[in-house]
Amino acid sequence: MRPFPLFAGLILLALTALFVSLMTGSIDTGWHDLASVITGNEQALGTRVILDLRWPRSAAAFVTGALLALAGGFMQVLLRNPLADPYVLGVSGGAATGALLVLLLGLGGIWLQGAAFTGALLSMLLVFGLSHGHGSWSMNRLLLTGVVIAAGWGAVIGFLLALSPEQNLRGMLFWLMGDLSYATSPVSGFVVLLAGLPAALMLGRSLNIMAHGELTAASLGVSVHALRRLVYVIASVFTATAVTIAGTIGFVGLIVPHMLRLLGVRDHRILLPASALLGGSMLLVADTLARTLLEPRQLPVGILTALVGVPAFLYLLYQARERHGREG
Amino acid sequence: MRLIDASRLDVSIGAVSICRKLDLHIDNGQHWCILGRNGSGKTTLLHTLAGLHKPDSGTVMLGGNSLHSLPGRALAKRIGILLQDHLDTFPATVMETALIGRHPYLGPLQWEGPEDYTLALEALQAVELEQMTDRNVATLSGGERRRLGIATLLVQDPALLLLDEPTNHLDIHHQVRMLDLLAERSHAGDKAMLLALHDLNLALRYCDHFLLLFGNGETLQGTADEVLTQSVLERLYGHPLQCLQAARGPVWLPE
Repeated sequence: MRPFPLFAGLILLALTALFVSLMTGSIDTGWHDLASVITGNEQALGTRVILDLRWPRSAAAFVTGALLALAGGFMQVLLRNPLADPYVLGVSGGAATGALLVLLLGLGGIWLQGAAFTGALLSMLLVFGLSHGHGSWSMNRLLLTGVVIAAGWGAVIGFLLALSPEQNLRGMLFWLMGDLSYATSPVSGFVVLLAGLPAALMLGRSLNIMAHGELTAASLGVSVHALRRLVYVIASVFTATAVTIAGTIGFVGLIVPHMLRLLGVRDHRILLPASALLGGSMLLVADTLARTLLEPRQLPVGILTALVGVPAFLYLLYQARERHGREG
Repeated sequence: MRLIDASRLDVSIGAVSICRKLDLHIDNGQHWCILGRNGSGKTTLLHTLAGLHKPDSGTVMLGGNSLHSLPGRALAKRIGILLQDHLDTFPATVMETALIGRHPYLGPLQWEGPEDYTLALEALQAVELEQMTDRNVATLSGGERRRLGIATLLVQDPALLLLDEPTNHLDIHHQVRMLDLLAERSHAGDKAMLLALHDLNLALRYCDHFLLLFGNGETLQGTADEVLTQSVLERLYGHPLQCLQAARGPVWLPE
């Protein structure tokens, strides 16, 4: 697929999703409210609803989706496995556990980010280290390791929440399912995202070659070890940042790169930035649905991504089994 | 000119010793063949010379530089390897796969330009795949995939070509076509080749130097006349052989 129409389409999609998200909610808003936002009429009720209530949440949804899709895209090349996703493989769980520990200790700010990153990186190293078979990743071992580690983090989170004061239990869904209700304007998320995109472009061609196997990549002059370490860190930072904004939302990193591959996008220099745009739009749409479907009740957005993600994951797993079956 | 100098090389994999104190010097214009039984370490030795496997001891020098001191992309311009297997987990077209051979020649932020596509297309024509540039590699047959691997190596255009069983999956016609092509490119570019082959007769037809791996660390090297005697070959393969004289020279058949 040619990059220009692809990106034009994705930007249009993102703007539409943003528009719909800002315009929908329990308080009716219309064109005149949007006009008052644009003209800077700060006093109007519509302006306040859109700017104070909806904009931070919409922006957080977009940034989180973009970060998760990028993390998924990076992890998939590294593992040469289209089923890799930060949630499924327990990386989000590690980040959530790290963040929760710091919160229980009464710390915040940079500690929160740091602990989430440490948790994510620890999971990443565990999953990758334990599932690295003789020279290659064994798919079954990878998935099993990831799923078990994810389950382990889930138990740790449950334990920490059981120890914590009663009123914190509302937050359980946030850490286990992903929820954007508490999101504030995601400044650090934007910074990470903007720093990550050039990295994606710079590493893109090397990642394309890594997709053909590590030996091939090394024989063509890719510094495989350095690249792998860099991708560990990048995917961990993206996942950790997304988790501190919105908890552990699943399957965005799985579905988004796969949808783009179905559209014929294979070059990672295009696939990764396109994943960011599509992932952002997708989570924005999912969150708009999550807060409007059962109004006035708000659903955690992770329920909706799982609704699409679980069948997609099973389908991909089935496809992979078919392929391996044919090969021998 | 000397392309690669391996001296006092000890290589092993697990508990198996592949070679001990091996001195191997390859000059341009030479075509070497590694012969040995399954598991004797042909692949590992090729990987060692490509910088993909660390020897236990000894050095591999390219010109005046040690193999591991050269930056990856500079090394990839001098040594290229056709691996035994190709891994295609993600969809890629035939053209995209051939183009990865240009990686060592492009800057980190540089995109493939028209001249890169021309070089890739030329290599695909040479292996008769130019009709299927947009095909997904997953849909290729084993032999077509092998030829695509050879095309990628031609695009990479290294001075020393290491080929791990290049005739795998190829029919008789394409075995000869591909080895002709590689020999011709090697000759035209004043390059050298080192092949691992199981077919003794193809090896005799295309190679002038032989390295025999006996699987216990012992090696033997030299020209066909020097090393390829009946008793040596029977010991190498652990199988009785018969030598027939054909128009092209000797032909070896298993008893």
